[in-house]
Amino acid sequence: MAIWLNKDSKVIVQGMTGATGMKHTKLMLGDGTHVVGGVNPRKAGQTVDFDGTEVPVFGTVAEAIEKTGANVSVIFVPEKFTKDAVDEAIDAEIPLAVVITEGIAVHDTAAFWAYAGKKGNKTRIIGPNCPGIITPGQSNVGIIPGDITKPGRIGLVSKSGTLTYQMMYELRDIGFSTAVGIGGDPIIGTTHIDALAAFQDDPDTDLIVMIGEIGGDAEERAAAFIKENVTKPVVGYVAGFTAPEGKTMGHAGAIVSGSSGTAQAKKEALEAAGVKVGKTPTETAKLAREILSA
Amino acid sequence: MDLFEYQARDLFAKHDVPVLAGEVIDTPEAAREITERLGGKSVVKAQVKVGGRGKAGGVKLAASADEAVARATDILGMDIKGHTVHKVMIAETAPEILEEYYVSFLLDRANRTFLSIASVEGGMEIEEVAATRPEAVAQTPINPIDGVDEAKAREIVAAAKFPAEVADKVANVLVKLWDTFIKSDALLVEVNPLAKVASGEVIALDGKVSLDENAEFRHPEYEELHDKDAANPLEAAAKAKGLNYVKLDGEVGIIGNGAGLVMSTLDVVAYAGENHGGVKPANFLDIGGGASAQVMANGLEIILGDPDVKSVFVNVFGGITACDEVANGIVQALKLLEDRGEKVEKPLVVRLDGNNAELGRKILTDANHPLVQRVDTMDGAADKAAELAAAK
Repeated sequence: MAIWLNKDSKVIVQGMTGATGMKHTKLMLGDGTHVVGGVNPRKAGQTVDFDGTEVPVFGTVAEAIEKTGANVSVIFVPEKFTKDAVDEAIDAEIPLAVVITEGIAVHDTAAFWAYAGKKGNKTRIIGPNCPGIITPGQSNVGIIPGDITKPGRIGLVSKSGTLTYQMMYELRDIGFSTAVGIGGDPIIGTTHIDALAAFQDDPDTDLIVMIGEIGGDAEERAAAFIKENVTKPVVGYVAGFTAPEGKTMGHAGAIVSGSSGTAQAKKEALEAAGVKVGKTPTETAKLAREILSA
Repeated sequence: MDLFEYQARDLFAKHDVPVLAGEVIDTPEAAREITERLGGKSVVKAQVKVGGRGKAGGVKLAASADEAVARATDILGMDIKGHTVHKVMIAETAPEILEEYYVSFLLDRANRTFLSIASVEGGMEIEEVAATRPEAVAQTPINPIDGVDEAKAREIVAAAKFPAEVADKVANVLVKLWDTFIKSDALLVEVNPLAKVASGEVIALDGKVSLDENAEFRHPEYEELHDKDAANPLEAAAKAKGLNYVKLDGEVGIIGNGAGLVMSTLDVVAYAGENHGGVKPANFLDIGGGASAQVMANGLEIILGDPDVKSVFVNVFGGITACDEVANGIVQALKLLEDRGEKVEKPLVVRLDGNNAELGRKILTDANHPLVQRVDTMDGAADKAAELAAAK
């Protein structure tokens, strides 16, 4: 089962013919992902060879869907053009758009998010500034290394890419149903809450690991959601206890403003909702292990 | 990026938000000519990015050009809540103020949209008004696609219950302020107070603006808005090398890949430090995905150049990047620095995990650099780095 991505997912790559797109399309194909096309209006009609796999390039997302039945798009286009690329995916009503691009102006993200709403939210957007989503053994969309972990029964949702990898690695012997990197920007499409709800409903997921970081109040709202709606065990980790106020820590959204957005407040909110929160990534993995072996 | 008041004033003026005349200076004598031009009196306002400067003595009226120079002399160099005043704005004195309002547009992260906040009770911190008299604060969501036209502006004016005699003028300011917000890619534009003066006009007397640095690609004008005086020299040097670095006040230098992992590394080092005399992380440094030897050398150079740093913790999880490349990067970086004649004397603790970790670890073992120690778990490596920093 897993969530949002499985072995039947048909994936197109917006920005496939750029350097980053080429590199990661090759890796995704290597992980068994069904990449059925790329999109680039200037190279429409051509095909690109990835170690013997011929991938056609289409002029538009709509054409790619029509010709291939694609239901997932992954977006690698540069930040200047990302808003237009996401708008195009929304117009084509593709069910899932995964926006990997980092450094998008937040006004652009606000605009494409509003546009998705205006068009009836037919497209689930993951990202921007995220590593993507992987259902180990089935499909891998984005830049998450496919060989860290095996299929298993842990669901993972995280704002951070490298902490996603770290956690997948720590728990690689148990394995994951699906791991979703939702990104660290101030505005993101899919939230912790969306992933928590999906994992709660996924019969292949027994435990959920949720990774947050400083900035905003997404973790606090996720905690409130867990309290009301999640019966599966949730283990949490929050990064940024030592972050100073008013400084952006790498991710555009990772900033403590005044007394809001602190790691301490997030940890307390999660614990109040019954989530076990680890002090370090390793301790968090240990908590998950203990719950699963109990 | 937060702007100074004078930069916000200039930005408002550019977008036809009504403001008073004002110019920024950094030497007291320059206040004379400006004050004379303003009719022989002015307000001398400290330019600091912190609230409460009026109470701290950072805003003074000057009734003559001589007095303006004297007040500028007092205020320049003053310390306001830890911020040194490097610049003052010499502003036109406000006409008689009858009422003070508040208006702003900002990014609403939680609702993934924009928000207008307006109140007829301006002049103090809006958080304070919201806490004590929430009914006096009108919050209106703004759809990013539809924006703020005259009708939307009137909706905000009505929601905040602005008096009828200023409704047109406030609505006009709101449309102009929205224009400022959108065209500048701002995260916040705030006017406080928006003053109704004796003539019946409304004027933005003070303002705050915060801009989205991710939008710099379409705003070349951002470059000159950066506050070069405030930047820590190490932060400035790191920025010049394109590194994502924040100086902190501890002793353990940190290099890692990925913002989340580096933030987590700081925390883990701080916990470990509790057992080693309270040592803390000295910085945040994210070298990002493909850490070449050059990037690693640049990062190490910044960290080793920090006199507060006693030990260094390199924490890398190889995702797409292979750990053998990272290990080579570290070895080459140390050689690069030594070849450049820079003495590396601080111990490095390196933890490599993930893609090709075994290979990477072997490279470090084979290189056998006297200052480099390998520890293969994140928590263990943090403990070792904290221990080494405490021992120095």
